[in-house]
Amino acid sequence: MLNERTKAKLIEVVGSANFQDSSEARLVYSYDATPNFQSLPDAVIMPENKDQVKRILTICNEDHVPIVPRGSGTNLSAGTCPTQGGIVLTFNRMNKILEIDEENLTATVQPGVITLDLVNAVEAKGLFYPPDPSSMKISTIGGNINECSGGLRGLKYGVTKDYVLGLEVVLANGDCIKTGGKLAKDVAGYDLTNLFVGSEGTLGVVTEAILKLIPIPETKQTLLALFEDMDAAAKTVSAIIANKIIPATLEFLDQPTCEVVEDFAQVGLPTDVNAVLLIEQDGPPEVVTRDIEMISRICSEGNAVSVKVAASQAEAEALSTARRSALSALARMKPTTILEDATVPRSKISEMVKAINEIAVKYNVKICTFGHAGDGNLHPTCLTDARDEEELHRVEQAFEAIFHKAIELGGTITGEHGVGEMKAPYLALKMGGEGVAAMKAIKYALDPQGIMNPGKIFAKDTRKRVVVRS
Amino acid sequence: MTATKDIQQAFKERLDYDELMNCMRCGFCLPSCPTYGQTNQYEAASPRGRIALMKGVVDGLIEPDEAVEKQLNLCLGCRACEPVCPSGVKYGHLLEEARDIIQQKKRHKWPVKALRHMVFEQLFPHKERLKNVHSLLAFYQRSGLQKAVQKTNILNVLPGNLAQMEKTLPPVLTKKEMKKRPFLFEAEGTRERTVAFFTGCLMDTMFMETNNATIALLQKAGCKVVIPEVQTCCGALHAHGGEKDQAKKLAKQNIMAFESIQADDIVLNAGGCGALLVEYDHLLKEEPEWKERAAAFSAKVKDFSEILLQQQFVEKQKLSLPSQIITYQDSCHLRNVMKTSSAPRKLIQAINGTVFNEMENADHCCGSAGIYNLTEQEMSMQILDYKMEKVKEAHAHTIVTANPGCLIQMKLGVVREGVEESVRAVHLADLLLEAVESK
Ligand SMILES: Cc1cc2nc3c(=O)[nH]c(=O)nc-3n(C[C@H](O)[C@H](O)[C@H](O)COP(=O)(O)OP(=O)(O)OC[C@H]3O[C@@H](n4cnc5c(N)ncnc54)[C@H](O)[C@@H]3O)c2cc1C
Ligand code: SF4
Ligand code: SF4
Repeated sequence: MLNERTKAKLIEVVGSANFQDSSEARLVYSYDATPNFQSLPDAVIMPENKDQVKRILTICNEDHVPIVPRGSGTNLSAGTCPTQGGIVLTFNRMNKILEIDEENLTATVQPGVITLDLVNAVEAKGLFYPPDPSSMKISTIGGNINECSGGLRGLKYGVTKDYVLGLEVVLANGDCIKTGGKLAKDVAGYDLTNLFVGSEGTLGVVTEAILKLIPIPETKQTLLALFEDMDAAAKTVSAIIANKIIPATLEFLDQPTCEVVEDFAQVGLPTDVNAVLLIEQDGPPEVVTRDIEMISRICSEGNAVSVKVAASQAEAEALSTARRSALSALARMKPTTILEDATVPRSKISEMVKAINEIAVKYNVKICTFGHAGDGNLHPTCLTDARDEEELHRVEQAFEAIFHKAIELGGTITGEHGVGEMKAPYLALKMGGEGVAAMKAIKYALDPQGIMNPGKIFAKDTRKRVVVRS
Repeated sequence: MTATKDIQQAFKERLDYDELMNCMRCGFCLPSCPTYGQTNQYEAASPRGRIALMKGVVDGLIEPDEAVEKQLNLCLGCRACEPVCPSGVKYGHLLEEARDIIQQKKRHKWPVKALRHMVFEQLFPHKERLKNVHSLLAFYQRSGLQKAVQKTNILNVLPGNLAQMEKTLPPVLTKKEMKKRPFLFEAEGTRERTVAFFTGCLMDTMFMETNNATIALLQKAGCKVVIPEVQTCCGALHAHGGEKDQAKKLAKQNIMAFESIQADDIVLNAGGCGALLVEYDHLLKEEPEWKERAAAFSAKVKDFSEILLQQQFVEKQKLSLPSQIITYQDSCHLRNVMKTSSAPRKLIQAINGTVFNEMENADHCCGSAGIYNLTEQEMSMQILDYKMEKVKEAHAHTIVTANPGCLIQMKLGVVREGVEESVRAVHLADLLLEAVESK
């Protein structure tokens, strides 16, 4: 609980309407989209501007109160679950698009802007902001930046970090710094911008961001290729890229995923084949047509049983919307859905999928896999029931095996969802002891009291658990 | 046991835990929720938040205190969060159950009790009495009930809002006119279907002309229309207001009334009622001897717009109206529960001489939501004002709705904006009949 003095000081900053500590308010900010994590904060604060954020951080730093910055709470690594109590800081009142600069091709935004709102605003001006996490209808730019979110267009266009040019960040002690800017070139000192991208709210609070925009691609075509055989699909992915074509989107869905997504979205996804590739190319019409023809041919040569180009924009849109709903649709099958985020070099996709299936059999758990095949980023998703303790234990073992396999294949434990608290025990697998120590040194240099999102990224103990009970 | 402990216990026993677990907290429902939007994105006023609150009570993490109850009351019950939920969480059922528990366990002060009794038991189940709404209002005002109610802070908004609303009501037909209506209407031309007509209570009193128009349209579309005499109120207000037992009683009465008629469909023109009718099977799921009969009933329920389209009404009739811009406000329950959204639009677009302009967020609740615009006036008016902005942006002269509650609300919006001279709100049935007649 906050002591009365701290509480009074915080209320003085934001006003009592924007400081909530009713049991109702604390409960609804006690979770995010991560299954099985829940923990009540002491209060929820909704600041209006950078100055308020500065004052809040100064107070919390003095009084040792943990701060959990929160966008829309859609992250899947328990990154916004206030496991150490303290304050949840929301940005719903800091949600303005401050500028779209058509000369410099930048957008300046506050952190609470919903990703889709930004995408729509820039597209209305004929510009393009490529990062498009499947949660873009809900997620905020602040959340995207702090998780370095990727999306369906990641293969060709990169992820959030490739579009953050500059940041305004309030540090734990209340200092405000500006990194980067509208400049296309800037090598003055360390690249702090990139340090803060993906920092999961553990280094400071992002209060403003300058984002890079590009011209919007002229056209887009979507293609669906079906395979009887997982291996054939994976080889086709490699073949496409080996032929020097980089599609905008190259998504993979396995059979159980297709079945569930089709059940939900009813867009005509086949449910009787073992692997589906959803491929999209955008750009000038001539290039798109040529690439799509070439991709069709490569798919057919790669033993696809069917290759179909979407006839209309609407049909194409329906397919990618269906893909975006994959995770949630899987949630229809069982009460608890645990999604993972293992990433391997794309040449190892087939091997990784095979290993996931073997691990599922070994631990007797149900795992569906889909993901961004083009970037090697897979989302093995386990359908389970949190009330079944015994099964949950096997799920944890299976995921641990999956992480080990990913690392063994030269991959990582997370491609886009972040480490948060859920994967903190596995960070050392990827970074090694020295790597973790270097990261911690940075963390405590910037946040000596450890008030910024404590418990995230770095595990407190060595307990290896994927899921933690509330 | 204290009321709080009592409520907590009942939440544990009666809320479907599987359904609560089914919510994987992805947040996909947040942007569709009007109260989330209007509260500056406050999680507790979102579907994900409300589910978490219900689960929090069941799990013993929080007490079902006033704040929790307030959030559940603030929900419009519009169910816009359901079609967008990829996990298929049946939010509406959870809410209905939770509200029922709170209502039943709550110790209301007497005026609230008396008012609830009047609305839910004395008024809506009795169509005869509804026909005398005016005298009932007078009774409410004279009996001292109004004063007592005003003192409690729960419904103290009622009179002010009602006064404004009265301006929007259509002239009520005389009792004699109401009695005159026969119970059987032959199809015009060859008869292709027999449909049983669900009259609804508000529709058949305040908006009786609209019911008559609907029947006329159905006839023109080749339907024989039968009105089962002993039908009663659908029970939606009860089910959503925490009076489930009364709702069940009404449901059984209706099932029996319609079983006596061998109709192809059960047709109505009020999405709010229809949504409960198509879920009678869920309402009666714990009563084995009724479950099947309810399912048979529910399977036949259709909005009149679907029947008209299916019967090729627009091919059979030439529709035209003087030049005007028309927009359509979805009835939430018609859209989100009965899944009717394109039929009304197709019908409107078939009217020659008019332009159909879709307004932004037409699928967002108008804020009427049963008696919500009486009990949660502030939020309701906030949502309505937002809605009227969208109407303005669509440059509409005519706002079409397909549910009495929405129709009253949109009329109220027109009055609030002071644009009675240039904008009107009408029911789809009235508009279509006008289009037939003015050809
Ligand atoms: C159905 C579903 C699909 C998803 N699909 C994808 C996908 O395709 N790609 C992908 O990358 N992710 C995906 N995600 C994960 C998630 O949506 C993203 O990580 C998203 O960026 C989180 O945004 P948010 O606004 O909800 O942030 P939150 O979840 O609220 O926060 C995320 C992190 O950012 C920090 N944070 C938020 N705002 C600030 C700020 N202003 N300053 C400092 N720290 C801050 C928080 O502390 C937390 O650590 C998906 C999630 C769901 C539920
Ligand atoms: S969309 Fe469904 S599963 Fe997702 S948060 Fe809302 S209710 Fe829960
Ligand atoms: S029913 Fe309507 S108001 Fe209630 S939570 Fe769902 S979308 Fe929001």
